[in-house]
Amino acid sequence: MAETATKEVLKKEAIISAGIERTRSTKVYAPAVDIMERQDDIVIIADMAGVDEQSVDITLDNKVLTIYGTVEPEIPENQRLAFAEYGVGDYQRVFTLTDEIDREKIQASVKNGVLKLILPKAKKAETRKIAVKAET
Amino acid sequence: MALTDWERLASVMNPWREFEMLNRGFSGSDVSSGELPLFNVWLSTDTVTVTTEVPGIEASAIDISVMGKSVTVRGSRESEEVKHGGAYHRRERWFGSFSKTIEIPFTVDADKVEAKFSKGVLYMSLPRAEADKPKKIAIKSE
Repeated sequence: MAETATKEVLKKEAIISAGIERTRSTKVYAPAVDIMERQDDIVIIADMAGVDEQSVDITLDNKVLTIYGTVEPEIPENQRLAFAEYGVGDYQRVFTLTDEIDREKIQASVKNGVLKLILPKAKKAETRKIAVKAET
Repeated sequence: MALTDWERLASVMNPWREFEMLNRGFSGSDVSSGELPLFNVWLSTDTVTVTTEVPGIEASAIDISVMGKSVTVRGSRESEEVKHGGAYHRRERWFGSFSKTIEIPFTVDADKVEAKFSKGVLYMSLPRAEADKPKKIAIKSE
């Protein structure tokens, strides 16, 4: 029997920097992410239900990586919301990258509402051995 | 009566959820309330639409069954295994199997249930069975 899903699933609202106001009236949620580090890259996987490859924006400004997903809520026609357990809104999450990431080779893909970012590590400068000569 | 049915549905789905959410905001505790996956329910006289967010699984991995007034959604999501000696820095996404049943205030016409899965969101349209629809009774005057 597979492990039962008991993890926290309630959507958390994203942290928006003070002084910045939004022009859209929807809520913004912080997507749940898995971050794993492999030998050659770092992988970020984010749950963003309702987002596809056209509605996700990834920007890299200096060292700040921002993920933003726009969700167009689908409202069933002639029906009213009787009961809601989750909210629908945009997604935003901000990460700081270190120098070890090769910015040019970042890959992003979306499938079934899950964003996958692959951040390859930059090749480190090869270590140089400095020969020490004995002074005569 | 439809109203009491809905009240019952609401109480089955945990009336303290709002309160717990509020409470969690202060204490930051990790108590999970509300069964997976979370449902939103839309209603009109003859149809109920249930939506739920289950990102990261294929449509074929979701199992919907309808029996009378109850609708069950089952499925599971696997965790991605770390390869090549990798390690997790953060692990917030849920995984595992889920199963949830809700009761609709009327009998569902199982043959006419429509389900759509797009971008990780499941939409189920559950029409009311013809036999369950209210009948208008004509009153004759003597």
